[in-house]
Amino acid sequence: MVASLYSKESEKKDICIFLEHRGAGLAPVSLELLSKGRELASHAGWTLTGLLLGYQVAGAASEAFDYGADRVILIDNPKLELFTVDAYTHVAYQIIDVYRPGIFLLGATMDGRDLAGRLAVRLRTGLNADCTGLQLDVEEGRLVCEVSGFGGGILALIEMEKHRPQMATVRPGVFLPSKMSAVKSGQLIRPEIEIPDEIIRTRVVERVIGEGVDLTQAPVLVAGGRGVEGNFEMLNDLAQLLDGDYGATRPPVDDGFVERERQIGQTGVVCRPNLVIVCGISGAFHFVVGIQEAETIIAINSDRDAPIFEYADYCIVGDVHEIIPLLIKALREDRVAERPA
Amino acid sequence: MPDIRIVVCMKVTPKPEEVGVDYSTNLLDRANARSEINPPDMNALELALSLKDIHGGRVDILSMGPPFFEPFLRVGLAMGAERIFLLSDPAFGGADTLATTYTLARGIDHIGGVDLVLCGEESSDGATGQVPPGLAEWLSWNQITLVDRIVLDKDKHLINGRREVPGGVEVLQTSLPAVVSVKTASNEPRFMNYRIKERVFSEDLVTIWGESDIEVEKTMIGLTGSPTMVSGLAQAPSRERRQEYLTGTVEQITQGLVALLNELV
Ligand SMILES: Cc1cc2nc3c(=O)[nH]c(=O)nc-3n(C[C@H](O)[C@H](O)[C@H](O)COP(=O)(O)OP(=O)(O)OC[C@H]3O[C@@H](n4cnc5c(N)ncnc54)[C@H](O)[C@@H]3O)c2cc1C
Ligand SMILES: Cc1cc2nc3c(=O)[nH]c(=O)nc-3n(C[C@H](O)[C@H](O)[C@H](O)COP(=O)(O)OP(=O)(O)OC[C@H]3O[C@@H](n4cnc5c(N)ncnc54)[C@H](O)[C@@H]3O)c2cc1C
Repeated sequence: MVASLYSKESEKKDICIFLEHRGAGLAPVSLELLSKGRELASHAGWTLTGLLLGYQVAGAASEAFDYGADRVILIDNPKLELFTVDAYTHVAYQIIDVYRPGIFLLGATMDGRDLAGRLAVRLRTGLNADCTGLQLDVEEGRLVCEVSGFGGGILALIEMEKHRPQMATVRPGVFLPSKMSAVKSGQLIRPEIEIPDEIIRTRVVERVIGEGVDLTQAPVLVAGGRGVEGNFEMLNDLAQLLDGDYGATRPPVDDGFVERERQIGQTGVVCRPNLVIVCGISGAFHFVVGIQEAETIIAINSDRDAPIFEYADYCIVGDVHEIIPLLIKALREDRVAERPA
Repeated sequence: MPDIRIVVCMKVTPKPEEVGVDYSTNLLDRANARSEINPPDMNALELALSLKDIHGGRVDILSMGPPFFEPFLRVGLAMGAERIFLLSDPAFGGADTLATTYTLARGIDHIGGVDLVLCGEESSDGATGQVPPGLAEWLSWNQITLVDRIVLDKDKHLINGRREVPGGVEVLQTSLPAVVSVKTASNEPRFMNYRIKERVFSEDLVTIWGESDIEVEKTMIGLTGSPTMVSGLAQAPSRERRQEYLTGTVEQITQGLVALLNELV
């Protein structure tokens, strides 16, 4: 068997988290991973390290301490300002070679997946994709990852015996972020790493970024399908009244009614809201995997036999174009009545 | 400038909703599952063929899997692919993404002269999405993932790949050779071309390579070359839902909903 860069025998009892930043702070998935990492590390008596790459991102390190990191390794370099898989793999590889964590976790975001896939091969180690659960077997120092396949229908437990670091990616929204109750400080390490220009082989020639949508963070979701016939304004109105956001199945996205970031499901986002109201959606397997972890599901569909009702807590057989406007009106009246004079 | 040579990586997968777990063996039960070309790989093939329509060149299919993949992959020949290279050997079996990407990379080396490798976004079985970046690393090539459009500059040997990123779009440029993964549903795969339909049945358009045909290290392929191991398997528990119907007139249903929402939100 091919040996990894370092073996289990020379690993450090450390869990390292790849930290992604967004604006001034850390991305939600990084906070979620730090929180889970803290739990595992404390249980096993390991340390928790954050790996932060970027340019002028030192401010985000303190947030990592708030979420449980014992130390943060920061590489602050203008060449890391925009993510490139070449520069990030180069730097992460060198850090991992020096610090030798037993476990290395990344968010299953676009950048996290690009980096993880490439880095795992360079390290000659295994990579568990899109984990939905993580456990640390303390005796063996072994990470047991729960992954799902076949569109979410099958769960598998995957582990690595000898290869290190044990790498895994985790989708946003799987773990809950939890801030440390007491103020915690940590050690900030700033190693020097050279990034030769010629290793960066991709160039951003154009980038138009507006305000991002992140459905994984919305506590309430209103999801619309083909049955909504493009009227997402109506769904947005309802979502706003419930302090939530709106999403869609694939057909309205393909038809251009909704941005692709709002697509829920196997090839979209997987959400765990407290409540999702599913409107004019048949309940295809590919869609359902994106909402099946919701606390409560309400479904509205004109077809009594639509499969979506099997996945719903509350079922309404009816026309969305009739019910939703009435619901919006009733909720508005309710709010007005509640407002103190 | 010479024509560019594109290889599309394709895999055959069981229809996900038809796969179960055989609890007597704790193995996947695919007996009742029908297979198909991994749907996202059709988008990769379509993008490759559309580049060929514009720039000429050649498109081949590369796959690693058991012999039963062959008849499924042959559909690609009637869509316009030149040849199928199927890496098939019991020794390749049980591969995780490290061993899979290693083997595919040696296949690409063995084909030789490849400029661009296109992959699907992810498979509908393992669904890791790790194969494209891993493959790029073994080859030491550049990578762009999740593109929905490619503009090729044949003279400069460059591609621009457009992709949607959180909050917008970006265009990444890289020189060839490169590995690119294609966003699922970003195009409409063409139908078989009736004029070349008989290619589907042509014996000499499929090359099957085993372990000894391509230069691979025995320790790095199949189950042996795979660091990850599956230690447990289960059908995902489906949550019990209440399935309570709200009935009555539309007004009554609406009032019921308002009460429910006030309680839940
Ligand atoms: C590889 C692959 C990946 C995929 N990934 C995804 C994914 O990530 N997300 C996703 O969503 N899909 C995905 N799909 C597509 C998926 O299989 C379904 O086709 C899709 O989810 C169906 O969307 P829908 O329910 O909106 O449309 P339909 O199946 O057409 O259902 C529309 C429903 O609306 C109801 N309706 C119509 N009019 C009204 C009305 N006035 N009031 C109330 N109800 C009404 C109808 O009764 C019907 O049940 C994927 C497919 C493949 C092959
Ligand atoms: C439920 C389940 C979970 C799994 N989890 C993991 C895991 O966490 N880590 C791990 O290392 N392995 C895992 N595997 C094994 C993994 O599925 C195999 O290694 C597989 O050969 C390649 O990965 P993929 O199917 O995820 O491909 P993906 O990376 O999702 O595929 C992307 C693209 O790569 C190309 N491609 C992939 N496989 C082939 C092939 N055989 N031939 C030609 N082109 C191909 C296709 O273009 C495809 O669209 C899992 C398997 C199952 C069934």
